[in-house]
Amino acid sequence: MPPILVIARLTVQEASRRRLLLALLILTLIVVGFSAWGFNKITTVTNSNGVTLPAAQVALITSQLLIGVTFMYSGVLALSAAVVAGPLISSEVESGLLLSMLARPVRRSEVVIGKWLGLGVLIAIYAAGSAFLELAAVDWATGYLPPHPVQLVIYVGLEGLALLSLGLLLSTRLSGITGGVIALVAWLMGWIGGVVGDIGTGLQNQAVANVGVFSHLLLPTDGLWRGAMYAMEPDAFLASLRAAGTIARANPFVAVDPPPTSFLAWVVVWFAIMLTLSILSFRTREI
Amino acid sequence: MADVKEQTAQAAPQGAASGSPAIQTVDLSKKFGRTVALSGLSMTVPRGEVFGFLGPNGAGKTTSVKLLLGLLRPTSGEAWLLGRPIGDLQTRRRIGYLPELFRYQGWLSAREVLALHCELAPLPRSSWNDEITTALDTVGLTDRAADRVSTFSKGMQQRLGLAAALLGEPELVFLDEPTSALDPVGRHDVREVIRGLASRGTAVFLNSHLLSEVEQVCDRVAVVDHGRVIASGTMDDLLSGTAVKVRVTGLGDAEKGKLASFGNIDDEGDQLTFTNLKPERVPELVAAIVALGGRVYEVAPRHQTLEDRFLQLLEAEEK
Repeated sequence: MPPILVIARLTVQEASRRRLLLALLILTLIVVGFSAWGFNKITTVTNSNGVTLPAAQVALITSQLLIGVTFMYSGVLALSAAVVAGPLISSEVESGLLLSMLARPVRRSEVVIGKWLGLGVLIAIYAAGSAFLELAAVDWATGYLPPHPVQLVIYVGLEGLALLSLGLLLSTRLSGITGGVIALVAWLMGWIGGVVGDIGTGLQNQAVANVGVFSHLLLPTDGLWRGAMYAMEPDAFLASLRAAGTIARANPFVAVDPPPTSFLAWVVVWFAIMLTLSILSFRTREI
Repeated sequence: MADVKEQTAQAAPQGAASGSPAIQTVDLSKKFGRTVALSGLSMTVPRGEVFGFLGPNGAGKTTSVKLLLGLLRPTSGEAWLLGRPIGDLQTRRRIGYLPELFRYQGWLSAREVLALHCELAPLPRSSWNDEITTALDTVGLTDRAADRVSTFSKGMQQRLGLAAALLGEPELVFLDEPTSALDPVGRHDVREVIRGLASRGTAVFLNSHLLSEVEQVCDRVAVVDHGRVIASGTMDDLLSGTAVKVRVTGLGDAEKGKLASFGNIDDEGDQLTFTNLKPERVPELVAAIVALGGRVYEVAPRHQTLEDRFLQLLEAEEK
């Protein structure tokens, strides 16, 4: 097996042996159970005439609640990615674990890519698995499914992958705690930058709107989150948002438009830049 | 760093890889900022020899090993391992390494750690079982093969690191303070392992400040201090002198100072050791002590130990 795949396998194996996967699975099942119960309550809510809500209204409320729940999932994923990626290389350098491995015929680039790949697989599994369970629970409870579930999983997964990439880059030079904290703060700042940009768009103030653009360029997590939101919004809800004009864009929990193609292209370039910088940084690090 | 260098560097000046020394360095230097960790290290370690690299803490021993293994980049100078420039990936297939800071995946079993190193080495999969079984047996970990490394004591982890360094019958093995966590039995075992490696023609680069250990197994040594080699040669070259131990009372510091003409003195109160004194000068020494008012109880000339020579070299370096 090539060294990249050996390192990737080792990363997955470590998460499994250290019971990280088990902990995430149990927590996810608990959240899915509670949210299924909560979503089911929507179908039993009655209006002032004592009649249960019509299906269209249930779908609308469910879609909005689902965005909130998904925001929590994406938060957990981002947090986990940052916390796990922060010490991914630095802790092994500090402990000496990498010394004997790097004395083997293994390139440092293979270590970086292998670890990225291993953790990327874990993120993909978590994003797809938790989304499947949550959407199945919501479907069972309310009969509602978001219009683009596959895109939802891809966007949420990419958000976690972006935090992983940033954490990994920081991990090549900084201690695990420092790298993890910086990645987390960057994620929150990126979200706030996106919100500020939305307000700028809503108020038609280009300077404020540009804050959002720059924050999406520096760290695309918020832009990807908007893609996830768009994938969850029913057509009728989108139509009402568009009818409301630019002011509707000032809400941080709605996405009126899908992420532009130019942004998605930038995301690909951004990942390439992060990985390249990680490799260059680790190659020149003295151990 | 190393990845790029391997593509461009030239073969060692000694010529073909098969006839080249195990290690050759030319003016190898390393600075960390303004701190000089290694200054102009030039040495040759022939194949099949056990080479002791001695020095006090902070002398530059581990830095040298890391430079040779491509874990650090030299500030200047060149070096070759098995005839290929340092950093060459293919050469690393033929090298074993036990780091001073030994640490292995605690969530793997001992056997799994060794399988990982077999895979990274890389060794043919068909040979893994035999390689791992032999290595575990050599270091005395057969009974703990299936146990997680996190349950191992430090000494057992160091044994595991030694086992990893032995996989694949390497042509050159770096052992950086290989007995730092071991008890006397473990130290004896490591010496046996080193002798075993030497008997099958493997070159061993032994980094240590345990002088008796080095003295017992090394063919050749280099003494390094403040990043410089201050002496090197075969054990016979270095230990040609005689040390004389004298048990004496009645001498104050002033009187002891007057004995400086007899060479370096290791002063331990009533016991003075003259670390490099020719046997024919012993009567003259005893007469001088008596003349200074000392009472001599014992005079014991003996061959200089590595510790005598080591202390002598470091004292000379300080002056």
